[in-house]
Order: sequence, then C-alpha cells, then structure tokens
Amino acid sequence: MKPVFEVTKGMREMTSHYCPGCTHGISHRLVMEVLDERGQLGDAIGVSPVGCSITAHQYMNVDMIEASHGRAPATASAIKRVHPNAPVFTYQGDGDLASIGMGELIHAAGRGEKICTFFVNNAIYGMTGGQMAPTTLLGQKATTCVDGRTIEQAGSPMRICELLETIPGAVYVERVSLHNPAGVRTAKKAIHRAFEVQEKGLGYAFVEFLSTCPTNWGMTPVKALDWLKENMIPYYPVKQFKCPEEVK
Amino acid sequence: MAAKRMLIAGFGGQGVLLIGQLIAYTAMFDGKEVTWMPTYGPEMRGGTANCTVCVSDKPIASPVGATCDILVAMNGPSLEKFEGMLKPGGDLFINSSVVSIEPTRTDVNVHYVDTIGIAEHEVGNPKTANTVMLGALLRTCDIVNVDTIDKTLEYKMTGSKAKLIPDNKKAIFAWQEDK
Amino acid sequence: MAEKKLMKGNEAFAQAAINAGCRFYFGYPITPQNEVPEYMSRELKKVGGSFIQAESELASINMAYGAAAAGGRVMISSSSPGIALMQEGFSAAAVTQAPMVAINVMRSGPGIGGIQPAQADYFQVTRGGGNGDYHIIVYAPKSIQEACEMIYKAFEVADEYRNPVMICADGMLGQMMEPVAIPDPIPAMTEEEIFEAKPWALTGHKNKRERNAIKSVFLQQEVLEDFNLNVLAPKYEKAMRELPEAELIDVEGAEVVFVAYGTTSRVVAEAMDLLADEGIKCGLIRLKTLWPFPEYAFDAIGESTKNVIAVELSMGQMIQDVKLAINGKLPVDLINKVGGVLLDPEEIAERTKKIMEVR
Repeated sequence: MKPVFEVTKGMREMTSHYCPGCTHGISHRLVMEVLDERGQLGDAIGVSPVGCSITAHQYMNVDMIEASHGRAPATASAIKRVHPNAPVFTYQGDGDLASIGMGELIHAAGRGEKICTFFVNNAIYGMTGGQMAPTTLLGQKATTCVDGRTIEQAGSPMRICELLETIPGAVYVERVSLHNPAGVRTAKKAIHRAFEVQEKGLGYAFVEFLSTCPTNWGMTPVKALDWLKENMIPYYPVKQFKCPEEVK
Repeated sequence: MAAKRMLIAGFGGQGVLLIGQLIAYTAMFDGKEVTWMPTYGPEMRGGTANCTVCVSDKPIASPVGATCDILVAMNGPSLEKFEGMLKPGGDLFINSSVVSIEPTRTDVNVHYVDTIGIAEHEVGNPKTANTVMLGALLRTCDIVNVDTIDKTLEYKMTGSKAKLIPDNKKAIFAWQEDK
Repeated sequence: MAEKKLMKGNEAFAQAAINAGCRFYFGYPITPQNEVPEYMSRELKKVGGSFIQAESELASINMAYGAAAAGGRVMISSSSPGIALMQEGFSAAAVTQAPMVAINVMRSGPGIGGIQPAQADYFQVTRGGGNGDYHIIVYAPKSIQEACEMIYKAFEVADEYRNPVMICADGMLGQMMEPVAIPDPIPAMTEEEIFEAKPWALTGHKNKRERNAIKSVFLQQEVLEDFNLNVLAPKYEKAMRELPEAELIDVEGAEVVFVAYGTTSRVVAEAMDLLADEGIKCGLIRLKTLWPFPEYAFDAIGESTKNVIAVELSMGQMIQDVKLAINGKLPVDLINKVGGVLLDPEEIAERTKKIMEVR
C-alpha cells in the first residue's frame, strides 16, 4: 500500500509543549518538510530564539543551537561563515526578533547574509505570559496594556517585512498567513523559495508567518484563526514584497 | 648601556611617531631591547602627538616613566609641557625652525636643530625635516650604532618610497652641532 | 620560531591568533583595540578566514558563539565597556561549552570612562560578569611576546576545556610596539576535520549521527543542577588544579613582596631595582593567570617578608584575591592609580618606603 501521508523525517517523534491550537506546530513542520524534500536535513543548521520556540531543537531533526535573546541572526551569520554550504536558518518569534533582536535582524539583512529567517508573528509575548510585543495591534489587550495598546502609550505596531523591504541585502521578503489551508500551502512554497535563495547565494531571505496565540489572546483556537484573519491581515498585508528573478 | 628613555613630542604631521619608530627599528636591528609607546585617542585628534621610546641592553621593565633621558621638542607647547621630565644632564633637542621660546632648564644639554632649514637647503628635500632631527639625536646620544639606520631606512622605505632613501641618509648626517 | 619584528601589540595579537589557526573574527570598534579588527579585516581573507564588522559587541560575541558552536576557531576582542556588553554571551558560551578566545585591551572606567590603560576589569573578568555559575579562564600577559604565546596557549586551553578563554591586556600593551617573534603558523581545521574532531559541533548531522542541540536553557531545576555539578564543576576544579600560573622573582628572603600583573608588573620590576639600590630586598609574584588565581605562588613567601603590596591600576580589585591567599598572615597594602593614570617606578618606590615606615 502506498502511503498518502507520512510524518516527516524532519520532526522528531515526541509530543510538543505548545498549547492547543498554537500555529508553531504548523510552522515547525513546514520548515522541516521543506528541508526533507530538499534532501538537506543532514546539512541544515538551525538557530532557535528565546521565547516559546526556545526548545525548537527538541522537535526539529537537524543540528540546532539556542541563541541568546534576539541574537539569532548574529549567531547564524557566523555559523554560515564556518559552513558556507550548509542551509542555515533562524526561527524567531516577534519579541525576540522585532524587539530585543531588531539590531541583529536589520544588520544581518544589511550585510546580505546568506541565511534564512522564519519569523513567527503572533502579536504578543507568548512564553512570558502575554505581554505587549512590538507587533501587538492597536487596541489589542496584553498584560502590559490591559486596556489595549494605544499610540500615545506605545506607538504603532512594527511592520517588519515593510522595514526589510527597504534593505538591499534582504533579497527575498514574503509575508504569509497560517490561518487557513491555502495560507499554509503558500507558506510552504515561500520556505522552499527562501532556501533556494540561500542555496543560490543571492542574499538574505525572510518569511513572516502570521500566527495565533489562543492562550494569551484568550480565545479558542478557531476563534483565534478568525481573529488573525480579521485583525492582523488588514494591518499586516499578506504578500510577496521582494523576490529575485532566479527563484520566481 | 643602561636603559635610555626618550620622549619625542610635537604636532601631528611632524613625523613624531615615525622618528620614534625609526629609533625603535634601529635598536632592534642592533640587537637591543626596545619599546615604543605612543599617545593615542582624542589627544592625537587635537593635533599633538608624542611617543616614548626605551632602548636598553637588558629587557625593558617599564615602557613609560615620570622622567626621560632625552627629550625631542618638535614644537613650543611640547617644550613647555615636557622639559620638566628631563633628567639633569639629559639631552634636549629643540626644533628651532618652529620653537621660538627658550628652555628654562639650565642643567641639561640643549641642542638646537633647524630641521626645516637644513632639510630645505642642505639636504634639498623639505620632507626630510624629521630625519634631520633623528640624525641629530642618533649622532649625539650613544643609543644605537648610527650605521644601522641604513638597514632601517631600507626596511621601512620600500616600493615607491625607496627613492627617498638617499635623501634621508643624507639628512641623518646633515646637522652639525653649533652651526 | 620566526625572526623578530617590531609590531604594535594589537597587530601582533591578531597575527598570533591567525598563526594559531584562528579563521573567524568578529569585531566592533572601540579604543584602544581598534588595530585588532583593522588587521583582521585585511589579513583573515588571505588565509581563507572570515571577518565580520559586527553591529555591536552584543552581535560580536554572539557571532563568536555561533562560529565556536559550528566548530570554527574563533576570536573576538574589545575593551572594557565592550567586554561588559559581551557578558551575556560569555555566560551562554560557558554553559554551552563553546570554545573561544577573547582579548580585553583594558581601559579605565566605570561607565564609558577613559581610553587610557587601566586594570579595573579584574572583577569583571574573574568574577563571571555575566549571570549564573560559571568561570572564564583569564591570562594576563606582561609583554607583546608573552601575549602572543598566551594566545596560542589560549586556543588550546579553550578547546581542551571547551570554555571561553580571555587574554587580559591593557591599553599600553595594545598600543605599544616591541620586537616580537610570533610562533609559527599551524593549519586550521577543514569542515571534514571539524565533523570528526568535534562531534558536539554544529556541522549538519550528515545522516551519520543524532542531531546535535547546543542549548543553555534548562527548565527543570534538577537537570540544571546535575549539569552544573557534574559537568561544569569538575571542569572548573580541573582548571584550578592545572592552570594557575605565576612568575616568582626574588620572593625568597624578600622583606617586601609585591603582587602585580600585566604591564604594571614591569613598572614594579623597575621600582624593585630602585629599592634594591637603597638596600631594600623586594620580591614579586607576577600573576600570569587571573582565573584560576595562582594561590600556590604565595606559599613561597617566607619568614623574612613583613609586607605584601598589591600593585594595580584600579581602586583595589586584585588585592581581594591577594588577601584571600595571604589569609590574614601578613598585612596587605595597596599601591594603585586609577582613571587611566599610570604608575611610574619612582612613585612605587616612594610609596613602598612610606608603607614600610607605617608598618
């Protein structure tokens, strides 16, 4: 009998610590499936962040290192210098990447490092218990803005893809959404393209996944997916910002 | 030879650090122990520069000190600032092309060197002014074998700079005491 | 060993690292160590190495962390305030056992402080500096020649102990020139050699072994306790047994024993000559390692010694370890300068005589 669906070899066989309905499971699996399909699980080196996905290395079946909070792009830049032919990627949440790690992100992109960054944007600090992130939407409630984020108090949410679009070294920038099957399929294609950009040595590749955090948003998983669609996508448009001709 | 500590001070651009380095190279080629220590940082951006060179037959304990055996004052402010550091009986070289004030010390050997005048009129190359001072120092004070300077100049001046070697060798011997 | 060349300390440090097989260096400008990144940017590419001008010292140490974890021979350098920014990374590198060499060309502080030579980082480099229970191994060279030899050794010790090793120099050693013979070059490891020699490193598992996970998070307290007690503690105990080094000069029969390290120890040596001229017998314990502290050297102090004097360019940091080593047996005094002002031999001699009068 020919199997129609298999567990990817890229994921280690264990139960994850993620909350029910969290989209980390999807984005983990997509990155690993793509590396598996590209035959690169044995070559890849991943860098996990500080945040919910700090222990991504427990699940992903590739060599991995935990970076200090926000520093993943710096750590990955150096790993790539030691192993120039290895597919090197960072997997980072919005607190790690867009707050404490903004400097490392922008400069890795600025140098055009030949690495990929997968950015999980769920508009909140998950692991520490639901504090406001740089990506928290106006009006969205968090434990450090219980009445909802305001411009007066915290300014506007940061749009990371739009920032990176202006940087020549970031050659591939795409935002996708994991709220429905079509979005997941688009996400997988984007991950493929990102690794292809790296393999061809074209520059820095960045994919943002609009993601949910039902626990800290205080919603059911299904409601959270709807909330993402209705609130995040209008502010964070799903689109390909930049793509080199070579991988189109 | 006991350790000799010399301080070379002046404006940036007068080749102050280079004079010190050329002494240091020559001492090394002579088989002596040597240290060269510059001032660094914002102090240099302000336009003044100095370096301390120590030469000895024995390993050099301290590369800096409160006193010196030889002071080269390439400009007036350096003379005013550093002449107090000179040990009694020490040698004080004054760049008389630039320095218009007189030293206050009477217990040291003062040597006036018209670096620019000599470089222009006797060497025929104004860019050798600092080498004129270097030669005055090396030939007056018993620090290194003066002939070793040839090796230093050949080591430091390579490529397009090699053509400057003859003028610089001439400059080493251009100054005469009491002229 | 190659013939002697007159080199600036910072440039010699960089060349010594390259000769020792270092191929990865990530720098950020800060005075007085700028010649290190400048030299590395020119020279590393000639030997197939890689240089990045990092966006900050934070990035610099975290790049070193990545390169070390990937099995590369890596060095970073900075000066006191930059080393302070790196402390998070040293803590991470110590717990993940990432071998690296760091050079601290010390300047004065606190805060931005000044750029002149100082030794006010003794606490910062010997007392962790970052969070948690860890140590970095610290060497303190007195000359450019010794610094180059220590850099060679530092890479070996870093690999053997899988721990960061620091060369604690100061602005004087970084900026001065001295004749130096840099030890002969040794080759760097290829990626294939790293895969074989460093089975813990990030290389990609090549479908030949389990995946490696280099991590510093331990959310179960018992697991972290086990790691600290059974991996880190025995390593640090071994380091304390095997690594302490000091040079002893005329300690036997000395009336006064000085304790100093780095360039300050050279100034002390000249002061000792001045004091000897006046008939005062002096000895010197020169620390070559700051951590582990060479306590054994203090056993050499005999009945003749009446005073122990710590000489350092700080408000009195090393003196605390000296007092621990002396353990109340003798008075321990301090001769110091702070803020980037240097000691000279004459002043040390004068202050020593004053201390002896009081005692």
